Amino acid sequence: MKFDKPAGQNPIDQLKVVGKPTDRIEGPLKTTGTAKYAYEYNEEVTNPAYGYILGAAIARGTITRIDQAAAKAAPGVLAIVTAANAGPLQAGKFYVSRFLAGPQVDHYHQAVAIVVAETFEQARSAAALLKVEYKKQAGNYDLEASKEGAQPPNPGPYTPPGESRTGDFDGAFKTAEVKIDRSYSTPDQAHAMMEPHATIAKWEGDKLTCWCTIQQINWGVRDLAFILGIPKENVRLISAYIGGGFGGKGTVLSDLVAASLAARAAGRPVKLTLQRPLMFNNTIHRPKTIQRIRIGANPDGTITAIGHESWSGNLPGGMTESATASTRILYAGANRLTRLRLAVLHLAEGSAMRAPGEASGMMALEIAMDEMAEKLQMDPVEFRIKNDTQEDPEKPGRKFSTRKLVECLREGAKKSGWERRNAKPGAIKEGDWLIGMGVAAAMRGAPITKSAARVRLDSNGRITVETDMTDIGTGTYTIIAQTAAEMMGVGIDQVQVKLGDSSFPESSGSGGQWGAASSTSGVYAACIKLREAVAGKLGFDVEKARFSDGRIILGDKSAALIEAAKGGELVAEDTMTYGELSKEYAQDTFGAHFVEVGVNAFTYEIRVRRMLAVCHAGRILNPKAARSQIIGAMTMGVGAALMEEMVVDKKVGFFVNHDLAGYEVPVHADIPHQEVILLEDLDPTMSPMKAKGIGELGIVGVAAAVANAVYNATGIRIRDYPVTLDKLLRVV
Amino acid sequence: MKEENSAGHISRREMLAGTAIAVTTLAITKVTGVEAGPEPQAVTPVVSAEVSFTVNGKVQKLEIDTRTTLLDSLREHLHLTGTKKGCDHGQCGACTVLVNGKRINSCLSLALQHENDSITTIEGLGSPEKLHPMQSAFIKHDGYQCGYCTPGQICSAVAVLEEIKAGIPSHASADLNSKVAFTSAEFRERMSGNICRCGAYSNIAEAAAEVAGA
Amino acid sequence: MKSFTYQRVTTPVEAAAAIAAKPGAKFLAGGTNLLDLMKLQIETPTHLIDIGRIGLDKIEPTANGGVRIGALVTNTDLAADPLIRKDYGILSRALVAGASGQLRNKATTAGNLLQRTRCPYFYDTNQPCNKRVPGSGCAAIAGFSRQLAVIGSSDACIATYPGDMAVAMTALDATVETINPAGKTRQVPISQLYRLPGKTPHLETTLEKNELITSVVLPAPAGGTHIYHKVRDRASYAFALVSVAAILFKDGTGRIAVGGIAPKPWRVPGAESLLPSGAKPFSAKLMEGARPTKESEFKVNLVERTIALVLKEGKS
Repeated sequence: MKFDKPAGQNPIDQLKVVGKPTDRIEGPLKTTGTAKYAYEYNEEVTNPAYGYILGAAIARGTITRIDQAAAKAAPGVLAIVTAANAGPLQAGKFYVSRFLAGPQVDHYHQAVAIVVAETFEQARSAAALLKVEYKKQAGNYDLEASKEGAQPPNPGPYTPPGESRTGDFDGAFKTAEVKIDRSYSTPDQAHAMMEPHATIAKWEGDKLTCWCTIQQINWGVRDLAFILGIPKENVRLISAYIGGGFGGKGTVLSDLVAASLAARAAGRPVKLTLQRPLMFNNTIHRPKTIQRIRIGANPDGTITAIGHESWSGNLPGGMTESATASTRILYAGANRLTRLRLAVLHLAEGSAMRAPGEASGMMALEIAMDEMAEKLQMDPVEFRIKNDTQEDPEKPGRKFSTRKLVECLREGAKKSGWERRNAKPGAIKEGDWLIGMGVAAAMRGAPITKSAARVRLDSNGRITVETDMTDIGTGTYTIIAQTAAEMMGVGIDQVQVKLGDSSFPESSGSGGQWGAASSTSGVYAACIKLREAVAGKLGFDVEKARFSDGRIILGDKSAALIEAAKGGELVAEDTMTYGELSKEYAQDTFGAHFVEVGVNAFTYEIRVRRMLAVCHAGRILNPKAARSQIIGAMTMGVGAALMEEMVVDKKVGFFVNHDLAGYEVPVHADIPHQEVILLEDLDPTMSPMKAKGIGELGIVGVAAAVANAVYNATGIRIRDYPVTLDKLLRVV
Repeated sequence: MKEENSAGHISRREMLAGTAIAVTTLAITKVTGVEAGPEPQAVTPVVSAEVSFTVNGKVQKLEIDTRTTLLDSLREHLHLTGTKKGCDHGQCGACTVLVNGKRINSCLSLALQHENDSITTIEGLGSPEKLHPMQSAFIKHDGYQCGYCTPGQICSAVAVLEEIKAGIPSHASADLNSKVAFTSAEFRERMSGNICRCGAYSNIAEAAAEVAGA
Repeated sequence: MKSFTYQRVTTPVEAAAAIAAKPGAKFLAGGTNLLDLMKLQIETPTHLIDIGRIGLDKIEPTANGGVRIGALVTNTDLAADPLIRKDYGILSRALVAGASGQLRNKATTAGNLLQRTRCPYFYDTNQPCNKRVPGSGCAAIAGFSRQLAVIGSSDACIATYPGDMAVAMTALDATVETINPAGKTRQVPISQLYRLPGKTPHLETTLEKNELITSVVLPAPAGGTHIYHKVRDRASYAFALVSVAAILFKDGTGRIAVGGIAPKPWRVPGAESLLPSGAKPFSAKLMEGARPTKESEFKVNLVERTIALVLKEGKS
């Protein structure tokens, strides 16, 4: 099915099942420990050996020798895989990382060897017996020092152009009556999902099955086949449950490659998980940015010039952190400039993490807007509203499909008690605590992409949906069940959903905030076909019939769906594809965050006291799961604001704090009760579901709202994240 | 006495002062010289020992590598995979189980330390067909997303309510010498050893408040 | 983790004897620190003596009005003990400010005293660390040092002692009781338990080889107001940037020990006479000789500010 005209009325609009705050259908499994994650397929793989990765001890250089004698002699050791015996390996098509070092070491903790043994304990201790000798090579680990030589990025599917210009930015900024020119930085951040990357790999002849934990099954099959040099048809991946991803499990990472190689070498299925202290330097992360923002305005607050430049680094060939993405489209202003520059750094690969580009960029832009509002002596909510735009500022005439940023800001101001905020920083004190409030806008693109599904109606009248879509905690199982139930006119308890298996039709996968809207649309398309099959079988005109209460109904004629499957299961499959509506309309999601913090007047410890998000993202398919996505993203935003930083040791060339004690993420005590308001919104330009993604929107702007609240509390402006007490104390 | 196997695996039980001691008789191979890496490590033979404990009411006897953690004995030997490995270093709480009614990180405990202990895992609290009230409350309040930290959160939350009942103070308790009661602040402080990167904290607190009747 | 043999013992005497019989042996109590380090092969004992069931798990009054805490009393039980809560409030407070509920249920009093630093370079066996591999160098001094020591450190090591409990015990003038393999017991004041790194940062305590801590004795209650304030980025489950254990008296005098800033709980009794004059003069004396890095220098200021906060709280 091709979607190329805005959607009209369709069965989803009945909203008997879709749009309801249904509990997650897999809840009873997840809460009882019976949902199975990658490393847990003990019935399917009864004789696994265990793999363990030894990471490189240096950041850059060559391996001159690996003495394996002691490791080979260690009890239980079955095989040792290194570049010398692994066979030729390519990099994948999304990440540039090579998953096995040798002879070149590209970054710290890059896998040097995989040890396979009978038990986990044996594999781990044997890995420590490998004696690796290196020749070190100087590397580049310092983004600040690399700014000058940074280059425009090569254009790619996930990289915007290196520069965008509208009007005459330089001229307009020069003559602007009120202006700011500020630099900001965001640090390297870790996804730190709770389930480490893990794989069980099993070869049967030249066929490879991997139980793994990746977000994009289709990319995974493509990449693993390409990396190993085997046909795609020989690879089957299964990721039924994924213990968090946030972009950190997009496609194949070292665990999948290592387990596959190890299983081949050992002649046994191998299970392998990345040990937590290896993950930070071995896998991918959100890269550090340095950003410069210039805003010029008239005294009435009308922005006349807005410029945003961002520098990031990566391994050679790696992606650029597109931190300027939001600035191109969020606020009005006739004269505009954005610029991206990329330096070569020899740290682990930078890549997508929840709202890549927008999250980092808005951490800076939304502080800059706060600074500008103060300079203009305007309320920061009003300043943003003043510069709202209802069309793409780079392409006048191109409308937003829906955009309710102003409504989000107004509603949030009302519900958060914004009028109680004192514009003068440091003015409100409760006991020993300085109290401040901050606001930031949120926006995130709403991409939608091709997605397929298969739907079965069995002789018991039950519907089964199969798609290689994944549920990374997003609620996919549930919204797909809701979609199929709505389309087929059955209760949600009549629907079974099977996900995350590459033998199922190829879906959008989970990433880029496209999963919910894309995958349910694929299910919609398949259900349209199944409705046709049912109607055909039972002699109904599908155009006129409706599906309700387990029946197909037209006028006074009706029949139970089960009748259609009497002669055997009905199976329908289809793919939803898209036309040009995303070019015609700017399709985005919007929101506003309001945060209240307390800052201890003695120690400058910062604690978040209240949080509110107001969002809109098309039709909300399940308000309970959508709200959870937002509160989770708000929590991650608090981490970004106040504690998260992978610290680079620029001498050694690695992320120093590479475990969950050193890399702090928010805990229960950091997060107060969170309020979320989801504004009503339908976007018929997206798909028949009229929905958009929401999982990434929720993080965008949060950190800036916290930083702005800290400023409001203390009068100290911190422009380098995370905002920590030592930075405040240096100014006090 | 058991036979030595081909992997250099030896197991022997000796009685010493009424307690079990596992020893080995294999010679230690010396290994020398390593550059730019950790200290040279000598090859040591595997040592195994027997342990017996009760898991979810069922007595389990295992003969395992002395190095096996309680966590890995549950996941890899008993195939009770509800208890999760998130960090293996006591930094996340995903491996939380109840031992003799008290919650611990099963990753930082050797299986051998639990001789005769009574262990309750998430599977012992309830099943999909017969949920524990805390499990039901997590579902109702959407106190989880990816589900990976969830068993640890639930085991911890169940224990936290007991700790509050038992009057154990926390960092959030205003007064050390008066009775502690369930409050959101008490719960959040006590649950802080259970990281949820999906960020379901606000919902988890509401789920627990319902179970606590607060 | 390297292979090890394992043995359970039932009495302290048996434990002390067992360790003497096995070179390369270590005691295993709760295991929350030792097993963590063994997994990374920072600790590589060849034999573990499980002392988890040798008793030593009681908290009892002493004849002179103090209290004796068994070495194996868990952090949870110690923090919750009515006697400790009533008369030694900073100890309860320090304990519940540390680690997590799960870890406190397992961690023991003696194990907590002997926990090792959390310096990230100590934890990464690819990096030089004089504490882990004597003579290999210190990567932390020119590296990431924000959380590390600002006083009492040396050119060989800037690691901090990471615990909370010992900070409170230092302010309480606790005494550590031990037994050695010969069955000889002795008492070590906590102020003399920890060594400063100097040129030998791998030597962390004054305990002799194979000496076993059996208990910690607190003197009769000092009275006063007990405050433990721990400053950290994350609201819980994090090591201290600075922590202050204070016993404050109505006349303005008091005792203060500080955590998170030195290789041991930092207390300068000679400075305490300045407490009545306020946080500034006291902190200046307390922090005399501080040698922070650029990244850690905020701690010097933070110590004074936290003490000022604690003194204010003590008055109210």
